[in-house]
Amino acid sequence: MQENSKNEQNTNSKPTMKDVLNQTDPNTRQQVYNQYVKDITPTHNWFANVCKAFLIGGIICTIGQGLLNLYKAMGFNEEVAALYNIVTLVGLSALFTGLGWYGKWAKFGGAGTLVPITGFANSVAAPAIEFKKEGQVFGIGCKIFNIAGPVILYGILISWVLGVIYYILLRLGIV
Amino acid sequence: MGQKMIGKRSIQFATPPYIVGSYSLVGKKEGEGPLSCYFDEIEEDPMFGGQTWEEAESRLQYKVATKAVESAGYKEEEIRYLIAGDLLGQLIATSFGVMDLQIPLFGIYGACSTMGESISLASTLVEGGFADKAMALTSSHFAGAEKQFRFPLDYGNQRPLAATWTVTGSGAVVIVNEEEMKKHKEKHNPEEPYIRITGITTGKVVDFGVKDSMNMGACMAPAAFDVIYHNLKDFGYKPEEYDKIITGDLGYVGKDILIDMLKEKGYDIANRYLDCGIEIFNKEEQDTHSGGSGCGCSAATLTGYILKKMKKKEWKKILFVPTGALLSPVSFNEGNSVPGIAHGVILEV
Repeated sequence: MQENSKNEQNTNSKPTMKDVLNQTDPNTRQQVYNQYVKDITPTHNWFANVCKAFLIGGIICTIGQGLLNLYKAMGFNEEVAALYNIVTLVGLSALFTGLGWYGKWAKFGGAGTLVPITGFANSVAAPAIEFKKEGQVFGIGCKIFNIAGPVILYGILISWVLGVIYYILLRLGIV
Repeated sequence: MGQKMIGKRSIQFATPPYIVGSYSLVGKKEGEGPLSCYFDEIEEDPMFGGQTWEEAESRLQYKVATKAVESAGYKEEEIRYLIAGDLLGQLIATSFGVMDLQIPLFGIYGACSTMGESISLASTLVEGGFADKAMALTSSHFAGAEKQFRFPLDYGNQRPLAATWTVTGSGAVVIVNEEEMKKHKEKHNPEEPYIRITGITTGKVVDFGVKDSMNMGACMAPAAFDVIYHNLKDFGYKPEEYDKIITGDLGYVGKDILIDMLKEKGYDIANRYLDCGIEIFNKEEQDTHSGGSGCGCSAATLTGYILKKMKKKEWKKILFVPTGALLSPVSFNEGNSVPGIAHGVILEV
């Protein structure tokens, strides 16, 4: 028993391979090994990633703002211009996904390409392209929301929950 | 009869089977890598003339199978058994790929360790007298594997540094018994040395509880360790017995873990260790992160690079240990860890 607790103490600092292999309890060995793996596995530099995401995401959003201004200058009201803006961004994203460019930007920009609506469009267009070979129904039909599905489902669910909360607060006269 | 079994889980062949033919074919990216000059063929078209990724991989296997038989100077129907597998669900690359071959098939799944498993089984069949000629074959395709295990190709995401790059490639070896080898030698090349399979060590499923499918090197390293350790124990060897100990696709992360593990058990293999996944790509120029992976990685590196090095007698005895990560999208989604398996094959010239 005492030896066991001694081994566990070791896991709090950086475990060595010796700690892993000397561990007789399989569950603890798994924990120690996972910690060992975590310590030696290289990861991306998060600060550099944040900067790149800011740059690429910023560029996409600036383009969006430019489009919004353009549509407004063409005489559309705020709401219609915003709608056209979204349609244009989604269309462009799908086009660039098809050309194989969006994936390359995403590799560089990370969350910068994921968070704007263009990322959502990419996540729908990419499976559509990939699964086209499996047919219109079982391929594209079933698998187009392979990646975007959770966003849609839980997006709707959360808006419903928030709607209910809003309704209750409204009835209580709080808002 | 008992004396072929050695140690806990190895076989030492009494009359070692020989490799008389082999073929390696890889895709464009692999063809731009450091081993480019060793492969028998490099195909620029990722579709291999087919319509889908799965068909592409089937065509890849078919071509490699026929070319390997041709390289041995045999006719397809002379091969008694084909032992083959791939990474796709229900082995569709293999079953559709070898459909037109007139060879009885054992389809196997060993994830990326398939080449080790198929050579083990083919040589056991041959040495046991159940076949005079058998072929071991496997393949993988980058796009097919991405589609099945990860994301659609055009989906934008960032791959972690520990992730590996599935090799588009295939390799096959034709294995015969001693008698056939002698006939072959007389007929084709009396001068050239023949590589023989002197023993195997079969791996078991090893799980150290890693759940990260993007760090397969860490998942598989304990399995490779298990096989190499038991191989050395069973045969009573020191690592110095081998000119090279070559794993399949542990990559940079798995390499460090494996060397560390064996060192802990008193075996230092660092100066004779190679990993096919590390050899096949140039990490910096080709942006492949931890290295290559997939059945095709070890298969094409064996048939393209390793066998050629051995024929030149630069390496005389090696331990070839392809490594596999046993996961499926279902097992991953259901929260299972990723166990590993490895199969060791001793090659001598």
